[in-house]
Amino acid sequence: MGAFLEVSYVSKYFPDPSGRGMQCIFKDVQCGIDQGTFVTVVGHSGCGKSTLLNIIAGLERASAGGVVLDGKEIDAPGLDRMVVFQNFALMPWMSVYENIRVAVKAAHPAWAQTQVHACVLKYIEMVGLTDAASKRPAMLSGGMRQRVGIARAFSVEPKVLLLDEPFAQIDALTRGAIQEELVSIWMRTRNTVFMVTHDVDEAILLSDRIMLMTRGPEAEIAEVVDITIPRPRSRTSIIEHPHYYKIRNHIIHFLVERSRKCDRPAEAMSHHTGGIHG
Amino acid sequence: MTLAVPNETFRAVALSALLLFAALFVWQLASTPSGGGRTQGLPGPAAVATVTWEMLSEPFYDRGPNDKGIGFQVLSSLGRVAIGYSLASVVAIFLGVILGLNPILLKAANPYIQILKPISPLAWMPLFLYTIKDATGAMILVIFMSTLWPTLANTAFGVSAIKRDYLNVAALLQLSWWGRFFKVILPAAAPTIVAGLRISIGSAWVAVVAAEMLVGGTGIGYFVWNEWNNLSLTRVMFAILVIGVVGLILDAGFTRLARAIAYIE
Repeated sequence: MGAFLEVSYVSKYFPDPSGRGMQCIFKDVQCGIDQGTFVTVVGHSGCGKSTLLNIIAGLERASAGGVVLDGKEIDAPGLDRMVVFQNFALMPWMSVYENIRVAVKAAHPAWAQTQVHACVLKYIEMVGLTDAASKRPAMLSGGMRQRVGIARAFSVEPKVLLLDEPFAQIDALTRGAIQEELVSIWMRTRNTVFMVTHDVDEAILLSDRIMLMTRGPEAEIAEVVDITIPRPRSRTSIIEHPHYYKIRNHIIHFLVERSRKCDRPAEAMSHHTGGIHG
Repeated sequence: MTLAVPNETFRAVALSALLLFAALFVWQLASTPSGGGRTQGLPGPAAVATVTWEMLSEPFYDRGPNDKGIGFQVLSSLGRVAIGYSLASVVAIFLGVILGLNPILLKAANPYIQILKPISPLAWMPLFLYTIKDATGAMILVIFMSTLWPTLANTAFGVSAIKRDYLNVAALLQLSWWGRFFKVILPAAAPTIVAGLRISIGSAWVAVVAAEMLVGGTGIGYFVWNEWNNLSLTRVMFAILVIGVVGLILDAGFTRLARAIAYIE
């Protein structure tokens, strides 16, 4: 039996910019994500992790292989998956309220106006933006904009939430606060989440499982690390956990030293499964 | 004692007034018959002002086909512009969106647009008169041709420049074609589209005057031509002023619209 979200032997090729031929971005990526888990792919920029996310979202096509969500093959975008974008991707001509309403209405076309209104307010309140509901994104800080992005994604109640480096463009001080908000929202909703990031601390704070991707071209998932640090986690408590620095050093070591040599077998460590989780 | 420095607006207004007086002075000089009295000279500012007063005090009179109030003439021109312009805008925006969303189609159609765009809309007039055999229809089509291209080109450009992210969000939310059109594509490209519409309304107003001079019957262009035939240059000059002022008002409307639909990324 496959997992809830099954990525099987997905490869992506792009036409080589320098001339003829195709360049392999990543090759034979496979992973299974169980329902209600938070899984993160960590890798260098350019390794194709965002491309992988876009393939799961249905925004891009895999060159080979396929993705199955809840028993159904993915070949186009759908309301069962929603993306939180790195650059927020809010409609700048719409207010916060309208940005979320367009999503709620899309997800629930049969709902009456009052039902839509209540739902929109609920999600605006969830991210603490009630006072800014009528403002346009340009009036908001990066952190507030991404709160809208998160609220919009949750508001369609997707089977899988896809987070594409969601905190990369937010200033460092705000970033931590929003990460913790996301943790607490996720603890309540227990959505299935697939996140992509290059921030190791962020990955450890949020994830149940971290997949380490090698550098491109021909990137692949070389290792899977299970994060067993108990929840609820916070930025301050997590660093006191005895495993925290072991995990962190292991991942950073991977990114710095080993991400090129993907063929070397994974070391056996107590907190990671080693090899590719299938 | 402090000396207040006049602000920029005040200085601009003062300079504007000065320019007006300078222009009126030159006009006055040009219109004063020079020694020989060979010609009557152009009508001066005073004469035009008197006619303006006369015409504006009774804008809606109708004394037969060649003697109607200026209000009727302007309205009849504006009516033609409204029909031709609206039709062309709908067609141009619709086609522009389709071209803007299909880069290959845009590339394929672009040479033809570039050939058709610089053609004076009046050049089509004989063809329209021949095919539809109706002066009003032909005039409306001339206006249609004059306003099609700026809006089409701007819409195609604006839509093709829409950020991928917005279209991705529309795709993720599974918006219908019309939902995507009205909620994402139109508002995203609106600033560029309105810039095109603004250029178009200018061309339409230019084209309608010329078209009416050719095949009029009514309208401000026909009025100009009629008064030229009556050798009433005073009224011609009055009409020129009216054309300018109406053009200004139309343009101001679009400046407001542009402000209303503008957004900051």
